[in-house]
Amino acid sequence: MGKLIIKNGRVIDPATRRDETADLLIEGFHIEAVEPNIEVEGARVYDAAGKIVAPGFIDLHVHLREPGLPHAETIETGARAAAAGGFTRICCMPNTQPVNDSATVTGYILEKARQSAVVKVHPIGAITQGSKGEELAPIGTLKRAGVVAISDDGMPVMNARVMRRAMELARSFGLTVVQHCEDLHLSSGGDMHEGVASCRRGLRGIPACSEDVMVARDLLLAEITGARYHVAHLSTKNSMAMVAFAKSRGLPVTCEVTPHHLALTDEDSIPYDSNFKMKPPLRGREHLEALLEGVADGTVDAVATDHAPHTGYQKMQEFERCPFGVIGLETAVAVVFDVLFHPGRISLMRLVELFTTGPAQAFGLPAGRLAPGEAADVTILDPELEWTYDVNRTFSKSKNSPFDGRRFRGAAVATFVDGQLVWERKDG
Amino acid sequence: MIQGLLGIEDLPREEIEAILDRAKDFQPVGDGSFAQFDRLRGKTVVLLFLEPSTRTRTSFEIATRRLGGDAILISGAGSSLSKGESLVDTLNTLAAMRPDAIVMRHKASGAPHFLARHLRTPIINAGDGTHEHPTQALLDARTILDRKRSLEGLRVAIIGDIEHSRVARSNVYLLSKFGVDIVLCGPAPLVPPELAGIAPGVSIEYDMRKAIRGCDVIMMLRVQLERQHEPDFPRGEYFSFYGLAPEHIELARPDVLVMHPGPINRGREISSEVADSQRSVILNQVENGVAVRMAVLERVLG
Repeated sequence: MGKLIIKNGRVIDPATRRDETADLLIEGFHIEAVEPNIEVEGARVYDAAGKIVAPGFIDLHVHLREPGLPHAETIETGARAAAAGGFTRICCMPNTQPVNDSATVTGYILEKARQSAVVKVHPIGAITQGSKGEELAPIGTLKRAGVVAISDDGMPVMNARVMRRAMELARSFGLTVVQHCEDLHLSSGGDMHEGVASCRRGLRGIPACSEDVMVARDLLLAEITGARYHVAHLSTKNSMAMVAFAKSRGLPVTCEVTPHHLALTDEDSIPYDSNFKMKPPLRGREHLEALLEGVADGTVDAVATDHAPHTGYQKMQEFERCPFGVIGLETAVAVVFDVLFHPGRISLMRLVELFTTGPAQAFGLPAGRLAPGEAADVTILDPELEWTYDVNRTFSKSKNSPFDGRRFRGAAVATFVDGQLVWERKDG
Repeated sequence: MIQGLLGIEDLPREEIEAILDRAKDFQPVGDGSFAQFDRLRGKTVVLLFLEPSTRTRTSFEIATRRLGGDAILISGAGSSLSKGESLVDTLNTLAAMRPDAIVMRHKASGAPHFLARHLRTPIINAGDGTHEHPTQALLDARTILDRKRSLEGLRVAIIGDIEHSRVARSNVYLLSKFGVDIVLCGPAPLVPPELAGIAPGVSIEYDMRKAIRGCDVIMMLRVQLERQHEPDFPRGEYFSFYGLAPEHIELARPDVLVMHPGPINRGREISSEVADSQRSVILNQVENGVAVRMAVLERVLG
């Protein structure tokens, strides 16, 4: 393989706090050098003038639907959508069919990814067998097979004793425990955030406290077990405050927020349109404000998409019958540009951190740095690009996005994985 | 002309007034007979009732026929939905036969709103889950206006399982547009505080005696056990706190109207004495159901 120079971009690398115009020399799979004005005879050149050159983006939370539901998404199509959002690594949740609660399923996903994925795919293993919340999954074996974290995402671990044991094991194996925080008794049957909008629409509510009581319980368990604990798709102001408190006490606790929870409220959602139906649900304005504040003040470690593809016919039903979840890989960074960077609430450095060092540290992934010897995973961004998201052109197999037709300012424009250009934006 | 009727929330006040005015023409005249109308001659209305209903279904059927139209009834058990067809596919199939309107009742909130986005045929909502029941609110308003000069300035108490009541929501939306002082009352788990925010002029009161004091209208609601997925309140004590008994009537204004959308459960939310008293207009409501639905059908189809 030859040499490639990504030239004249503004290199932003949170790991080294570098922010300067520089060139990136890539040889084969790796970064050779990061410095101004690199000239190498015969090297190919990618012109990044006017663009941001960042470490490859990481998404801690996607659903790839394979094995089991390939008509909604496959590892191949999900990976393509990821690349088209600037992501170079994605962590896939275990709620496939069968559930990823065994080395066999983990191995299958890794092999499928090796054959067909344009980005790096890291499986997350289940906490309990079948994610049923009862018997623990073989956590050590899953780790050995290659999972980067454990979670029963979608199915919270309701039994506190089971959660405690899982945390103890996860700590001993060096795995992060990721929880979908929801007390199922409090949220039972709910279809949207409990508030004035749910009352108006006659829909059953999912109260904010159904998330909060679970976060509170888990933080106490994290303290006694010493486990690395990560709150998935945090969506409420009280949960944010509790995570900030746990961090202030020095607990190894992290959290992610999704782009849709940063951009949309329950009142914004189109009534009975399932492209606005997800868990946790779109919350009220005060929760959204708390999330924006948490991102700005450093409490939030990562933005993660919770990319959840569902086929058209599954989403074309009575609202209460539609499954939860929306796709989000292709719009994630654009949303963050829109709601946080352009309004002046965060810097570009912070924006890049939310997609690189933040998530890498949460799961202990060896990624998110632009330095010699590192894998040449690079995301190119254009903060000023104005574009409109057209879900009919998505790389995903599913089209359930709440952002269809939305005009954005700022986007990922190219994605390199191991030195290969795997995606480049073609249109404005 | 309005394109269907999905709910009261987005229906302008002038539309409501026009329907209520027109409904007067469809009320029985002095000798109990009806003027003849053939405004729907040659028109077909599909009545798609995917949830049990007696009065609403019958009332829409009679209203269609009195206007000279054809009503085709489809119920859940007899439809292809019971064979696993999706709601969208069923509706598309029906729409392909070009009915002039579809009147539908469905157990899912928003089902008609969702379908209206994908279908050209006008849809009239005959009750969707715990969301709206627009024609019920219209017939309730007609019944009040038959006995009160106007809605403006009235105080109306709605008592019972508000959380699960589409009747309550439609009435709140309607009465609020006319400046009515609305008090919602019932067991706390069935009357969440957020309800006060759904429309202007709504307040919440958990003490039934306070709720009723000075009221012009008392609307009682049925306890909808079928919509409660888990017990939300102790059932044994319901009547003693939220059942309407003769002593409550004393607290209201002397000309208070007692209403109930039916079906009533005597002894559960309303005592027989009150249900059968002079103050009760429950059967007038049923009677007005036909007149108001005629006015709605004419407006949507005429």
